[in-house]
Amino acid sequence: MRKLILATLALVVLTGCGQNEITLQTDSKSDPQDLAQFAIGPSGEYETDDFDAHEFLTTWNFNNLAQEERSKFYKETPLDDGTLLREYWFNAVETTIEVAPGVFYPAWSYNGQVPGPTIRATEGDTIRIHFLNTSSKPHTVHFHGFHAASMDGSGSVPEDEIMLPGESRIYEAKAEPFGTHVYHCHSYPVSTHISRGLYGAYIVDPKIDTRPKADKELVMVLNGFDTDFDGENDFYAVNTKAFAYQYKPIKVKAGELVRIHLSNMLEFDLINSFHLHANFFDEYPTGTKLTPANFTDTMIMGQAERSILDIRFKEPGMFMFHSHATEFAELGWMGMFMVE
Amino acid sequence: MRLFKNSKIRLLFSLLMPIVFIGLLIVLFVQKGTYGVLEGNFPPIEKLFIERVVFEPEEITLKVFNDGPETVQISQLIINDVVWEFETFPDSEIDPLENVDVKFYYPWVEGDPLGFKLVSSNGIAFEKDIEVSFLSPVADYEYVKTFVLLGLYVGVIPVLLGLLWFPFLRKLQGKAYMFLLSLTVGLLIFLGFDALGEAIELIGEVPSVFNGVGILVIGFLLAIMILGIITYKTEYKVKLQGDHSKNLAWAYMIALGIGLHNMGEGLAIGSAYAIGESTLGATLVIGFMAHNLTEGIAIISPLTRTSNKITGHLILMGLLAGVPTVIGSLIGGFAYSPTLALFFLAIGVGAIFDVSHDILHHMSQKHERGLFTPVNVSGFLAGLLTMYMTGFLVL
Repeated sequence: MRKLILATLALVVLTGCGQNEITLQTDSKSDPQDLAQFAIGPSGEYETDDFDAHEFLTTWNFNNLAQEERSKFYKETPLDDGTLLREYWFNAVETTIEVAPGVFYPAWSYNGQVPGPTIRATEGDTIRIHFLNTSSKPHTVHFHGFHAASMDGSGSVPEDEIMLPGESRIYEAKAEPFGTHVYHCHSYPVSTHISRGLYGAYIVDPKIDTRPKADKELVMVLNGFDTDFDGENDFYAVNTKAFAYQYKPIKVKAGELVRIHLSNMLEFDLINSFHLHANFFDEYPTGTKLTPANFTDTMIMGQAERSILDIRFKEPGMFMFHSHATEFAELGWMGMFMVE
Repeated sequence: MRLFKNSKIRLLFSLLMPIVFIGLLIVLFVQKGTYGVLEGNFPPIEKLFIERVVFEPEEITLKVFNDGPETVQISQLIINDVVWEFETFPDSEIDPLENVDVKFYYPWVEGDPLGFKLVSSNGIAFEKDIEVSFLSPVADYEYVKTFVLLGLYVGVIPVLLGLLWFPFLRKLQGKAYMFLLSLTVGLLIFLGFDALGEAIELIGEVPSVFNGVGILVIGFLLAIMILGIITYKTEYKVKLQGDHSKNLAWAYMIALGIGLHNMGEGLAIGSAYAIGESTLGATLVIGFMAHNLTEGIAIISPLTRTSNKITGHLILMGLLAGVPTVIGSLIGGFAYSPTLALFFLAIGVGAIFDVSHDILHHMSQKHERGLFTPVNVSGFLAGLLTMYMTGFLVL
């Protein structure tokens, strides 16, 4: 009996110790403390190119598409008063997006992308959204900006219908006031519809602009994803893809005026922030005034808050930008400017 | 129909019929039945179990086990809310029942808590929290020596010292002897429940596929059955060789039961040290030493009536009861698995209860006045209290 037990034990111990030794790959550096410092960040590469976070930076009114393709989603018609009627075709669909390398999220989206397409108009233009819901849940489009109660997208008055699956309607409003705004779904629960991905940027340029002319304009929507649906975000990002601008920095030139249309569509976390390394920026809160309210390198944003940031990089180099709520930064919300 | 008159074929037929029918039913169910409802478009059932965290200087390994029905792809690792680079061995796709090592460099700080989160391709998070980061033992000479010594201190030496009471105890007669036997039962039953409690706690740590309750039941009954067979076999010889052999067999069984219990203690010490969830305090070792001294009494009590020379046997028994502590602490330190620990504890519980039952049976046969005499009851309570009080030394 005792021999049997001892034999069993010996077997157990031997199997336990019999595992093969494994070692991490190392490069020329061999000091583990050094290696541990540079192990921060995601593992692997993005597997899909379902959404180009770089292209999104400079895309509005579907200007990334060829003329024929673009006309399916966007149409401009000059009106008698000299303004434009801008028509958009939006479709609410369910789609799977890659939010961090190898991590897929079942999103609800406008036109299959998160954030949704950026709308850009000049103050006084007419915005008309042809909205079709082909998803399995009720959805709407709710604009931050002046509009009639029937165009609110929140179902607050009977005329403002919430679109059930398969239904379609038109949202129309004058583009006012000028500034950087957002739009999002306002069917219920709103927190779910926003966190699932139904939002986008809505930029209204002033008719008379006295600000310095921007050499480069970038659209940035701060967001996050609760991939395990426990009411907390697991990954954070600028324009959906965690670490996208870390993998591939945003190229700008020293001395040119870079204007960022920044909006915060983060759910679950009350505060987000934007911090730029080694440079300062003029801040126009909500973009509704033509003079900057602040000259800083760090700003705080609440939910759905937005701002215009004017930056002139002083000298060439690599400059990091990230949320100074640093726990968001290290969960994906960080990137790089490569200044030439 | 002559075929069916053959009784053997009939018998075979009646054996196979239910199996054939259940097979047909399964085929029907899959093809035509309500299986489609169960197969619906549900979110994937992904399950991962982070069994163990191994700390090396600036380097951490997570031992991950897939205890779910589906293959899980590990896409990202998040440590204390920071996305961190990792490598997986053999690869990042974990099949059901497969073990994978997730390895990475990390500037961890000794003594700090750490939270690990593995995110699958479907965005599902699997978490493991470490209360205290602690350098994991490496299987070097120093460590083995430490743990062998620790095992000796905690297990072997106290039990052997307990055996030194033998000359004193064998002088005991009548009521004193009964008191000693009931004290032993008290000690054993306390140990049994102690180990049972630990085993039940461990059930929660065992991956669900391994069914912790099943392991407990099997280990428990296995011990009772095996010891039962041994008792049954030795009964024959006892008739030929007299009481001495029977008592000796008993003492060995008690030693074995206690040994398995002590292996549980060893696992606890070794794994607590290895997992880094608690540091090994000197009080823990001292407590176990005092506690285990009393186990020596339990072993020798059946032998106090024998007049043969048994010094050799006593030493063997002391080793049988004590050495498993050494083995347990080594296993616990290097290859800790809650599943294995649960199995050993279950065997220990079964053995201890079986031996207690045997002693009680023996006591009730010897004395026709019944088991619950004031002497027996006070002995039994004294046993329980001794264990309880020495337990306070393990803080």
